[in-house]
Order: sequence, then structure tokens, then C-alpha cells
Amino acid sequence: MRVTHGVTTLCFIALLVSGIEILISHPRFYWGETGNVLTTPLFKIPIPSSRALVPTGYGYVLPDQNGWSRYLHFQAAWALVLTGLLYAIFSLVSGHLRKNLLPGKAELSWRVLSTEIANHLRFKRPSESEAWSYNVLQRLTYLFVIFVLFPLVIWTGLAMSLGFVSAFPASVTLLGGQQSARTIHFFVSVALVLFLLVHVVMVCLAGFRTRTRAMITGKAGTDKEGP
Amino acid sequence: MSDLSRRKLITAGVAATAGVLGLSAAGHIAERYGLVPPDHGGIWGIGETLTYASQRLLTRHSLAREFSRSQISKRPVSNEMPPLNDAYKRLQAEGFAEWRLSVDGLVARPGTFSLAQLKSYPSRSQITQLACEEGWSYIAEWYGVPLSHVLDVVGAQPHARYVVYYSIDPEWWESIDMADALHPQTFLAYGMNGDELPTGNGGPLRLRLPRQLGYKSVKFITRLTVTDNLKAFGKGLGSASPEGGYAWYAGI
Repeated sequence: MRVTHGVTTLCFIALLVSGIEILISHPRFYWGETGNVLTTPLFKIPIPSSRALVPTGYGYVLPDQNGWSRYLHFQAAWALVLTGLLYAIFSLVSGHLRKNLLPGKAELSWRVLSTEIANHLRFKRPSESEAWSYNVLQRLTYLFVIFVLFPLVIWTGLAMSLGFVSAFPASVTLLGGQQSARTIHFFVSVALVLFLLVHVVMVCLAGFRTRTRAMITGKAGTDKEGP
Repeated sequence: MSDLSRRKLITAGVAATAGVLGLSAAGHIAERYGLVPPDHGGIWGIGETLTYASQRLLTRHSLAREFSRSQISKRPVSNEMPPLNDAYKRLQAEGFAEWRLSVDGLVARPGTFSLAQLKSYPSRSQITQLACEEGWSYIAEWYGVPLSHVLDVVGAQPHARYVVYYSIDPEWWESIDMADALHPQTFLAYGMNGDELPTGNGGPLRLRLPRQLGYKSVKFITRLTVTDNLKAFGKGLGSASPEGGYAWYAGI
């Protein structure tokens, strides 16, 4: 479980860096099937580009990094998908999903949820008894990231693959076209980055040293060494 | 060393050995069934092989999506490209009457074809998307002769595995496997959107390979070589793209 967390983190950072590099070659987004420098974009990212063809308003062109970025993006995607599958199977079999991720019925009441939200807004540090278990907001967020955002980012990624959609055309038509898939891929990636930032901030608030030690060693104790 | 850690060590060792043996066996099987791309060496080899093998298993006969006339892009993009060389300009001045496509390698009847000859073969059309690895795309209607027809005419040998194709610019060459070479939507295209193929889009003759990214649809085609091994071409990575850092297989 801790190994899949580590591999996922590494893959995510590799995907993020290579994804940004690829984005730089065409920092424009569209909706529908097609989009290019001759069509009106949905929006543009105001950064310079690595292609002279793209009108950015900057007087220079960045070096092309797409070759290794694409190789890395797909290799990391494979590693992430295979790790994710292992994690999903292990979560089901070991009961991690049921015990640690699915919220209990009682937790889904407005009272519990509003208390949790209020605690979070006050940046209240969690008590030591919470070190071994996720609260309801954590559970819902993790479920959303694992079962909505990650599947969506994989789906929209595959929907941009000409080979994949030749075998599964509905994977792209359901999204409204190849450029729509690319645009959704971008927004889901932004959502995942926001999750990562909040996740790291929360870890810091909960005590960076103990939480990081727990992540690496699996021991949740505070500063005392375990037996 | 306690019993537990020794047991863990032995288990890990056995698992690692099994893993390495399993991977090597999988590699041999993949090689035998043509599931390993020519640029499989180096640090990106695993990802590339997984992509190519899974797409070959899933998409060998699948067709690229085709669109309706109303979806054709009003203005097709002509991407930036290196300046046209003198050989091209000379042929262009003569209206491409002397443009020749030569076909050699593992074929029964090597030969050269003029544009008029290629146009005399059954013409096919497709309304497909040209997608660039950078992220942009356009839809156009393309006319041409299926590459498989030309391979039939020259009698490509049954043990052929790849077709290498060259632009008039000698730096610009690519190759595809026979699954793509014989695919019904792989064209030697000479027309676009009701007209001759413009220079900016690869005229007078370009390869159209709608199941792969635009950089595999090489412009200004002058030569095809049919082969069973890519080792002898360039640096042996399959095409000019991997030599420039880009993947040989561009179905993703």
C-alpha cells in the first residue's frame, strides 16, 4: 500500500512535468473535434510556446522538448495505471476500501459533515486518535480522486489516442470530440494538482515529520519510537 | 538475521528471478508476434513496447474514425516544415510531370511510378482527422490510392514486415509495419478537399496514415522500400523520428 503511494507520487510528478512540456508546444484549448492556429480557441494559456506556428505574443520560441516528454508521459502513465490496478485489487481484497475509505452511514449526516468542515476551516489540528483513521471529508475526497479524477484523466488521455479511438470510437464521441477530450484532460489534471497541493498542506498542518514517517514506515506513533 | 527477514529475503529473491524470467519469456513471445517496436531499446523501451503491443492486439483491423463533409475544417493547416529543396522546386516548375515514386526491396517487380500512373489506379477517399503530436488537429477529405494496391502491383513478398518511405528531403523518412501498410485507410494521397494536394500539405504525394499522428504522414513521397528488418536503415531505430527523440509508433 505504501509502495503504491510512492510509485503513484513519482508517476504523477513525471506526468505533470511532461504534460506541461507537451502543453507548451500548443498552449491553446478548443471544444469539439478539431482546433488549430486557424480556429478560435476556447481559451489560451498566456505563456510562450515551443513552436513558431503558435501566435503567443512573445517574441521568442522555446526549445522543443516534446520527444522525451511524450516518451516519459506514456511510460509514467503505464506505470501509474498498472500501480492503480494493483492498489484497487488490494484495496478490495484487504478491506482497505471498506474499512478506511468508504464513510460509515452515521458519518454522512449533515451534523458530522458540518462539524468536520468547520474543523477544517479553523485549521484545527487532528487529535492523536485520528492518526490511524481518515475523517469523513478525507474519505470522500480520496474516493473522488481515486474513482472519479484518475479514471477521468486516463479516459480523456486515451480518447486523444488515434489508435485507441479507432477501436473504441465511443470513448471520444461521448466526450464531444478529440479537442474536448484534450480540454477535459487539462482541467482534470488541474484538479489533481489542486488535490496534491491541499493534500501536502494538510499533511504539514497535521505534523509533517510524524505524518511523513508514517507514510514511509507505516508507524503512526508521535515522537516516541515504537516497541 | 532473524528467520522472518531471511524468509522475506528468499521470497523476494524468488519473486525477482521469476519476474525477470517472465519478462524475458514475454519479450520473446512479443518479438515473435511482431509486438516490439524498433525503438524498444533504452529507458523508454518498456512504455513504448506496452503501447505498441497493446494497440497491435486491439487495433490491428480497426478503422480510423471518418467524418461527414460538414465537419471538414474550413482552412486546413499547413504545418511549418524545412524549406523545400532544389530537387522539389525543379519538379514543381514542371508541374510534377517528372515526379516519380520508386519501389524497391522485398518485391517481385521493383519499379517507378508517375503521378499519372498512380492516379490511374482505383481512387479512394477518406474524411479523416490529421492530429499533430503538439495537440492541434484538422479534418480534411483526402484522395489517393491505397498503399496496399501499390504493394500488390509490385508484388510485396509474404515475409515482408515493414514499409520504409522517404520524402524528397533525404532527412525525412519513416516506416510502418505491415498491419498499417496493408490497412485500407493507408493512402498514397494526391488530392485534398476536391483539389490537387497543395504543397503545404505534402503535394504532390504524401502518405496518409490516419491511425497515427501527423508526423508519420510524410510529405513529398518519392520512394518506398519493403523490408523484413529495420536494422540497416539509418541508426536502426526504425525511422528518422526516434533518431530525433520522437517515438517510432505514433498511434497514441
